[in-house]
Amino acid sequence: MKLSNWGKYPLIEADIITARSVQGIREYLDDLGFCISRGLGRCYGDSSLSKNIVSMLKLDRFISFDEEGGVLTCEAGVSLQTILDLFIPRGWFLSVTPGTKFITVGGAIASDVHGKNHHKDGCFSEHLLSIDIMLYNGKIIKCSREENKDLFLATCGGMGLTGIILNASFKLKKIETAYLNQEIIQCKNIDVIMEKFEESKDYTYSVAWIDCLKKGDNTGRSILILGEFAKKEAIPKNPLRIKNKFKLNILFEFPGFFLNKFTVELFNELYYKKNKSAKSIIDYDAFFYPLDSIHNWNRIYGKRGFTQYQFVIPKEASKEGLKKILTKISGRKMGSFLAVLKLFGKSNENPLSFPMEGYTLALDFPISNQVLWFLNELDKIVLDYGGRLYLAKDVRMSKNMFVNSYSQYQKFLEIKNKYDPYKKFQSLQSRRLMF
Amino acid sequence: MSDFTLYTIALLGYCVLAFLRFCVILLLASCLLLLLDIIIVAKFFRRGVNCMSWLLVLGAKSDIARATARRFAIAGFNIYLAARNSDFLDIEIKDLEVRYKIKAMSLEFDVLKTETHKEFYDSIKEKPFAVLCAVGYLGDQRLAEKDFNEAKKIIDTNYTGCVSILNIIADDFEKRGYGYIIGISSVAGDRGRKMNCFYGSSKSAFSAYLSGLRNRLFQKNVRVMTVKPGFVRTKMTEGREIPDLLTAEPEEVASDIFNAYIKHRDILYTKWYWRYIMFIVIHLPEFIFKRMNL
Repeated sequence: MKLSNWGKYPLIEADIITARSVQGIREYLDDLGFCISRGLGRCYGDSSLSKNIVSMLKLDRFISFDEEGGVLTCEAGVSLQTILDLFIPRGWFLSVTPGTKFITVGGAIASDVHGKNHHKDGCFSEHLLSIDIMLYNGKIIKCSREENKDLFLATCGGMGLTGIILNASFKLKKIETAYLNQEIIQCKNIDVIMEKFEESKDYTYSVAWIDCLKKGDNTGRSILILGEFAKKEAIPKNPLRIKNKFKLNILFEFPGFFLNKFTVELFNELYYKKNKSAKSIIDYDAFFYPLDSIHNWNRIYGKRGFTQYQFVIPKEASKEGLKKILTKISGRKMGSFLAVLKLFGKSNENPLSFPMEGYTLALDFPISNQVLWFLNELDKIVLDYGGRLYLAKDVRMSKNMFVNSYSQYQKFLEIKNKYDPYKKFQSLQSRRLMF
Repeated sequence: MSDFTLYTIALLGYCVLAFLRFCVILLLASCLLLLLDIIIVAKFFRRGVNCMSWLLVLGAKSDIARATARRFAIAGFNIYLAARNSDFLDIEIKDLEVRYKIKAMSLEFDVLKTETHKEFYDSIKEKPFAVLCAVGYLGDQRLAEKDFNEAKKIIDTNYTGCVSILNIIADDFEKRGYGYIIGISSVAGDRGRKMNCFYGSSKSAFSAYLSGLRNRLFQKNVRVMTVKPGFVRTKMTEGREIPDLLTAEPEEVASDIFNAYIKHRDILYTKWYWRYIMFIVIHLPEFIFKRMNL
């Protein structure tokens, strides 16, 4: 079966097996050579691609929910969308959610996803209590911060390379309404936006959209979006229900020339003009998942696919590093129309977790030879300033870059060798970066 | 300009006008139907279902059964899941309870052991309002051609066993004067093909049985629905090359079944355009059909 992840690159031939029970997975593991587990395939690159793939989508059962503490236990194939649909009406929300709800719990753990509240609440794994994981030999191990801590830490952010995550218990967060008070602040360049980020640390949710085609004084012109869940008083009627909205679906792949520097410039201009500094109340769907309202938006990038380049640079070096990279991008006119800037909080102790204290910038680029060369140049800058790239979005990083930027990589490898000595769990990405 | 040209133009013009009129009528009719659908569905949702209603799912391990049980649970139904090796169903029971805060229960049921069916149905304390028969076994066509045991298993699973249990249930529903029977047949039952003649013929028999049952129970206020899914992405079709455009997800089938249940449809094709595909397939002359490699 031809298969690719969200970035549509690379497109590979793979055998995909749908797991229907724990016993079933055990049998597959005996039969298969190396393999990797896969959920909804929303990582951009080749993290969940391999010759043999175990799809976890049918292991989507809820096991228990504790109404008092908000602890949810479910299988790894449950999607965040399902959780939201079921638990928002009961007054619970995900403690950490990325910019799409079309991912599975297993994927969220394996990529140790972060959200707009990283500076306050950390990554997904910070709210994770325990996981059950199946090792290469079919043995199921329960791990948490108390027992099998090394495996627990390596699995959070471990890109599915330690074993197959079967189920997880994690904490949900109590909410009064499904709506947020949103505040938008226009910032005219990178200095202003960084200042604003520092000032708005008390907001639970913050993220910025940045126009990377602007030069000179306007370099890094951006829109800061801040949010806080609204109180019950603000929404008098049905505070936990939101209206069904029409969802657009992109039915076919756009031609490759559709996205060029003119259309991107036009889009950026309009987007900046449209979002004047203002306060408003919007529902959670529009606040957290604006892109989910366009199904298959990856088709806009055409047949050849695209990649998202997300890096983080430590705080001390952020200003200089970001300026350098933005100048480079605007100089080459390699604009990306979805560029997202965010200030991370402290990093956690998971060896392969991406976030560290500093600024992260995510840029989308259509795949082409120039882009791949260009990204290699950016790699050098990121490495110079002590930064690193997000594995869930990477499709092209060199082994050298990975080894030098992830300082705890050796520790991860030790734990992997301990629990998976025959390298049963391999993805195209792990073969590129680790072996 | 000659008369002939004029006549031609007039004729063409007439045809175009007639066609346009036809389109407009079709459009209006479909709008009307859509509106009707919306009204019925909206009315239903305002009313809600009787929260004490139980749905009995036979063959609960199939993907369509799982999805349909969830769809009905959203609407407030309590669910009985019945299948062989019911220990495996406990996790599904828990899932339904956590998700939808309804009551759910697992029951041991083997469709092939027809002698146990009476006892099975009698053992259910609160009799279900509706029953979904999602039992199905595709079998191995090649093997079945050589080994009658496989052929018999296909026929018994898809037809004999289902008839046995549905008879018992139909009797009970008939006596009490209400109920709803949903049987999952298949488009394969509409015309036999060489690729699946055992599966197809047994499903064909099942469709005929359901149609007869519908006829028998209509006066008694018991509804019977025949569901004919086309390709569905389930365990049954796993590993087979099936065209994306014609393939439904189990969740789509489930919501089609639920909507059809609300609207009291008799025969449901899912996805909807299978009705027209099968219309063509059924009406192909046999002397062409027998030469085809379907």
